[in-house]
Amino acid sequence: MARYFTDEHEWIDVDGDTATVGITDYAQGQLGDIVFVELPGAGTALSKGGDAAVVESVKAASDVYAPIDGEVTEGNSALEDDPALVNTAPEGDGWFFKMTIGDASQLDGLMDEAAYKSFCDSL
Amino acid sequence: MRYLPLTDTDRLAMLARIGAPDIDALFADVPEEARLSGPIPGLPMHASEMAVEKHMRQLSKKNLAAADAAFFLGAGAYRHHVPATVDHIIQRGEFLTAYTPYQPEIAQGTLQMLFEFQSQVARLYGCAVANASMYDGSTACWEAVAMAGRVTKRKRVVLSGALHPHYAEVVRTMAKFTEDEIAGASPALQSQPDNAGLIARIDDQTSCVVVQYPDILGRIPDLAEIAEAAHAKGALLIAVNTEPVALGAIKSPGELGADIVVGEGQSIGVGLQFGGPYLGLFAVRDPKHVRQMPGRLCGETVDAEGKRGFVLTLSTREQHIRREKATSNICTNSGLCALAFSVHMTLLGEKGLRQLAAENHRLACAAADRLAKVPGVKLLNDSFFNEFTVLIDGDARAIVRQLTEQNVLAGVSLGRLFPGHSELANGLLVAVTETTTEEDIETLASALEEVLA
Repeated sequence: MARYFTDEHEWIDVDGDTATVGITDYAQGQLGDIVFVELPGAGTALSKGGDAAVVESVKAASDVYAPIDGEVTEGNSALEDDPALVNTAPEGDGWFFKMTIGDASQLDGLMDEAAYKSFCDSL
Repeated sequence: MRYLPLTDTDRLAMLARIGAPDIDALFADVPEEARLSGPIPGLPMHASEMAVEKHMRQLSKKNLAAADAAFFLGAGAYRHHVPATVDHIIQRGEFLTAYTPYQPEIAQGTLQMLFEFQSQVARLYGCAVANASMYDGSTACWEAVAMAGRVTKRKRVVLSGALHPHYAEVVRTMAKFTEDEIAGASPALQSQPDNAGLIARIDDQTSCVVVQYPDILGRIPDLAEIAEAAHAKGALLIAVNTEPVALGAIKSPGELGADIVVGEGQSIGVGLQFGGPYLGLFAVRDPKHVRQMPGRLCGETVDAEGKRGFVLTLSTREQHIRREKATSNICTNSGLCALAFSVHMTLLGEKGLRQLAAENHRLACAAADRLAKVPGVKLLNDSFFNEFTVLIDGDARAIVRQLTEQNVLAGVSLGRLFPGHSELANGLLVAVTETTTEEDIETLASALEEVLA
């Protein structure tokens, strides 16, 4: 399973035909206590770079963008009851949604873990 | 704020700096015909302060103020006694000058006041959470409709025919831009609201049903029945209240199953003032809907030392944070009016509100009984709080005008509220409050007897 990162601080795990998307540990650290996550419904068509979800901390609301084209297959319902999962397990149980992979070639433009780490270090 | 006037030298210096030869060169892009040349027709250039004062005094004499007449106007704006304490407190510098809190935690007093206000509104409406006020009742009504769309992801809005027509108009206007489909209706002059007709219009595409309580004719619809029907179709019930004093006498909309309760708070603490500023109230019954609420919410917490403090808990949907994605069209809360509401409500207390409501109802019953005895006048309502509809032999609008000449403001004619509905033209909406005297009631009744004879 390969993991990719965007410069908008989303991560994307690719497993066969589907991908799981969330926000990075760096992003949750910047946002602070997450109090609400608005997820796209199953069947929502996403296009790379477009709005996919909203994550709210006490003082800010930020958009989460689709890392690639595809269609949402499932939102993480655990976040409805416990949005703080994004703080405690951003790159695990705090995932946002699963999606189909519309165009696998778009993955080539994303960063791997090492590249993302040095990207964050440069910020 | 200091006023810094510009001298001619300042102007010349600025023009020289940007390289414009004169002021007209700055406005070269404005077409000649759109520019003003010379004085504005009909408006004098200037006058002395004394002369202006005198002129304005003359103009203001054209008004007939509520206190100078036998006054029975309502329809969403009510004359109540506002204790002098209210005005005194809200004019204290700490309150009067504190504007909307953008660095909120510094303004602890403002936040605490909004927190108290929210608590009062939530309790009054029988809801879990209220926001820190909105612009007025009609825009709060639209915000509720927009919120129901977000919650249900549907776009069909069913308006009761007995919703205040101005509120309905605001909803229709805003819906043009959001492309919601508005299923409205006109009111019928019946003693009871047509719940069955309203319920029949709710389908599985309906996002919300908007019902006024008490309604525009003063009737009190059974909200529980409508709530049940709306919920069965997955729609929300929005209850609109324009006279909060009524809630001292009748069950709150939240208790009866309304999901969102909105209304006008002017009755408590805010005077009529020839039409504003007013105060929008907004609350939701179920805490799970709090994330879809517009506006801002203040919460109570403790600081690092464990001391009680107040914070702006939820404002992430407002313009200063979400910019173009703000879910509220009008985010600024009516802070000073909310304070007036809160001070007045505190002075009243729960018992006081009940007593005030009882007195309003008692006088309204006296007025209804007396007016029903006037030949040519018929009482429409079976039940009402402090406002009711009478049917008059003749065009109520003309009669209201006629009585104004005798310093009697008899009520709001349905012809004025619903222009284009000639079948309503003989309806007159009469409002009575604790400020109405037995003498006022007699004055209105005899004046009507005279014009209808």
